[in-house]
Amino acid sequence: MQRIRLRYTKRGRLRFTSHRDFQRAFERALRRAEVPMAYSAGFTPHPKVSYANAAPTGTGSEAEYLEIQLTEARDPERLRELLDESLPDGLDVIDAVEARTSGLADRLQASVWEIRLDGVAPDEAERAAAAFLSAETVEVERMTKNGLRTFDARAAVARLEAFSAPVDRPGHPGCAILRLVVRHLTPAVRPDDVLSGLRATADLAPPVPAAVTRLAQGLLDEESGTVTDPLAPDREAAPAAPPTAAGLTAAMAPGGSA
Amino acid sequence: MSVESVFPQLEALLPHVQKPIQYVGGELNSTVKDWQSCDVRWALMYPDAYEVGLPNQGVMILYEVLNEREGVLAERTYSVWPDLEELMREHKVPQFTVDSHRPVAAFDVFGLSFSTELGYTNMLTALDLAGIPLDAADRGDDHPIVVAGGHAAFNPEPIADFIDCAVIGDGEQAVLEMTEIIRAWKAEGRPGGRDELLFRLARTGGVYVPKFYDVEYLTDGRIARVAPNRSGVPWRVSKHTVMDLDEWPYPKQPLVPLAETVHERMSVEIFRGCTRGCRFCQAGMITRPVRERSITGIGEMVDKGLKATGFEEVGLLSLSSADHTEIGDIAKGLADRYEEDKIGLSLPSTRVDAFNIDLANELTRNGRRSGLTFAPEGGSERIRKVINKMVSEEDLIRTVATAYGNGWRQVKLYFMCGLPTETDEDVLQIADMATKVIAKGREVSGKNDIRCTVSIGGFVPKPHTPFQWAPQLSAEETDARLEKLREKIRGDKKYGRSIGFRYHDGKPGIVEGLLSRGDRRVGAVIRAVYEDGGRFDGWREHFSYDRWMECAERTLPEFGVDVDWYTTRERGYEEVLPWDHLDSGLDKDWLWEDWQDALDETEVDDCRWTPCFDCGVCPQMSTEIQIGPTGRKLLPLSVVK
Repeated sequence: MQRIRLRYTKRGRLRFTSHRDFQRAFERALRRAEVPMAYSAGFTPHPKVSYANAAPTGTGSEAEYLEIQLTEARDPERLRELLDESLPDGLDVIDAVEARTSGLADRLQASVWEIRLDGVAPDEAERAAAAFLSAETVEVERMTKNGLRTFDARAAVARLEAFSAPVDRPGHPGCAILRLVVRHLTPAVRPDDVLSGLRATADLAPPVPAAVTRLAQGLLDEESGTVTDPLAPDREAAPAAPPTAAGLTAAMAPGGSA
Repeated sequence: MSVESVFPQLEALLPHVQKPIQYVGGELNSTVKDWQSCDVRWALMYPDAYEVGLPNQGVMILYEVLNEREGVLAERTYSVWPDLEELMREHKVPQFTVDSHRPVAAFDVFGLSFSTELGYTNMLTALDLAGIPLDAADRGDDHPIVVAGGHAAFNPEPIADFIDCAVIGDGEQAVLEMTEIIRAWKAEGRPGGRDELLFRLARTGGVYVPKFYDVEYLTDGRIARVAPNRSGVPWRVSKHTVMDLDEWPYPKQPLVPLAETVHERMSVEIFRGCTRGCRFCQAGMITRPVRERSITGIGEMVDKGLKATGFEEVGLLSLSSADHTEIGDIAKGLADRYEEDKIGLSLPSTRVDAFNIDLANELTRNGRRSGLTFAPEGGSERIRKVINKMVSEEDLIRTVATAYGNGWRQVKLYFMCGLPTETDEDVLQIADMATKVIAKGREVSGKNDIRCTVSIGGFVPKPHTPFQWAPQLSAEETDARLEKLREKIRGDKKYGRSIGFRYHDGKPGIVEGLLSRGDRRVGAVIRAVYEDGGRFDGWREHFSYDRWMECAERTLPEFGVDVDWYTTRERGYEEVLPWDHLDSGLDKDWLWEDWQDALDETEVDDCRWTPCFDCGVCPQMSTEIQIGPTGRKLLPLSVVK
């Protein structure tokens, strides 16, 4: 029995994939790639896959995680390539490690989000972020299955910064980028809750829907407000850690074998 | 001319709609070809929601057949839900294909597959969103040729105003023949414009172009005659029949959607056509003769298809799957092959008399034994003779006894209400049949927790069947009859609680009946309903009977006819039917004799196993029955790891 942890993305138009859609697509990719999966017992056996903390439908992600259980050992990097080939472009498997520690889900304490606000001037975004951060609490509302809910969006936000994105069209009002670090609390605070909060505290109203992407998930370093790679402990625990795709990209970038 | 993707405009709308994934494309095994390097471009539509349209085998097959050809491109489009439709209108985003998000109006051909008439209003929505004039007469040389196919196209008259042409029968070769004609016409510099292209298509005898036919009416509203209005156009248009299914192993690379759809399985059509001769069944009549795919051909398609998709279920499709001459070996061979992989097998459309327990055991070997479904269709022995569904009550009881004895706990039975000559008594006997099923089940299983579900809907007479002359039962009478049946089942103290009862009320059937046997005048009703906001008529939450009736009352009196005239009126032998000039191969006199036999409660056999009954199809279409057994077996696949 081997457990493998994977990091995957939701890019481009496939960011509209819901988590349920992804699950079905992933389980089919496992079949196409002929991965020797362990199955649950019972009338309708299911392959053993644990999903952690999926990004909402419509938001992109560079950092989704899951864990699978195999009946025979496989090389994680080879498996990653096979699964990546088997999934549609945009759902890309970008990292794989053999699980050597417990509690991957416990290490997913916080997320780094990038929010692209087309048509919003960077200084306006900066003022809004400052207003948000200076507030003690920011009450927001969200429609849930159980009706309209009101909760605080401020406490979960560990960090919020505004940048300016290059805009090539003259006369364009500009494009602001928000970089957001959010703790995973209950109730979960999502990027769109923070956007509601920015509207409430600083009247920030983007003219077009924001493009939201999760850049990272992991342990939160409270002092620096940064998030660390949740697969690192598994890599460190490995006898002789083989290079992984994420590590490889950097290492091979200048003059790699390709 | 390059054609821009509308995705950037669409993308901004997607966060505001339900299930946006259905509009983004990118399905596994989908194909995007270079626009410029293709000279004939098809937009294919299944005019219903993506979740219903994507798994449609017809569209999937044509998509692949066309895209395999050099210089030919096919992309898919589906009906958008009203939430997106509203935003598209507001932001001027046209109907788009999901493959490359190109506007539908930019293609050479816009092909729509109609499994049911209830997609007609969705066609009008799509045309309008695409910026293509609703009336074929208003289209210019730059608009796509709008072509209808699918079973409903066997009577395309109600949509004659809106389509440029219709093709009936199997589409695989037909789309390629059309492609060649369009390619040649474009290469010559489009001589004679749109009219000339349509004429070239029409003169093949395999493409129906409504505008080349004039319909004359009698004073009583019936049709006097339908005749070509220019020379070179044939009097009748023939259906297309593909012979040797093994040469057409499509889909080879079935599409695997990210969005959830109604069927998520590897479907293989194990044979096409059915000659059981059920008189209500349009599919069985218009797809003759029976053409089997060989056991080895099926095995190869399943193998390749599963590898290409990763599906966990195989569906062996046809109109009556247990009738394949080698079905036992197919089921056993596949169950053996995929036992380890936990692949389930399903056999939709199983006849009671073709069912056997060995087959059922093979089918459930890798899955669970939930329920079995049979369709006796009629409650009484008498009515089953009328409809030629030759299944006796003893057959049914024997079959369910075996099933309950082998561990099944639930049987579903399908019936129809409103069949020709039917009385309350025929329908009430459904309750008796269900109680006998439960009694037998309790007896053989020794348990009380067994169930039988009765599912029943209204019968709609269809063109090209022996019942094409029959009066349809009115919605009120259908509902009253179903209510009596419900009372009888409910009132049964001993068995009633073990019988589930599901029924569809009679109203949607009347609209389906109007569209099924309608003529060109019904087009005015469809247009009025569309303009009044009618969409997604196959969906209970969108369908409005009142809207259809109100629009019919507004548009039909001008022609001196009404909804009853099209639905509950019985037709006579001499009446010219709106679809008589569309040749399904069935001899009209044979159909009439079969209709008379129905009234006499006389049954007719299946010509697969008995001499020919002269329905006319094989000689008319130069086709023949193609069945096994081949005697071959499915070998285990060698596993290379």
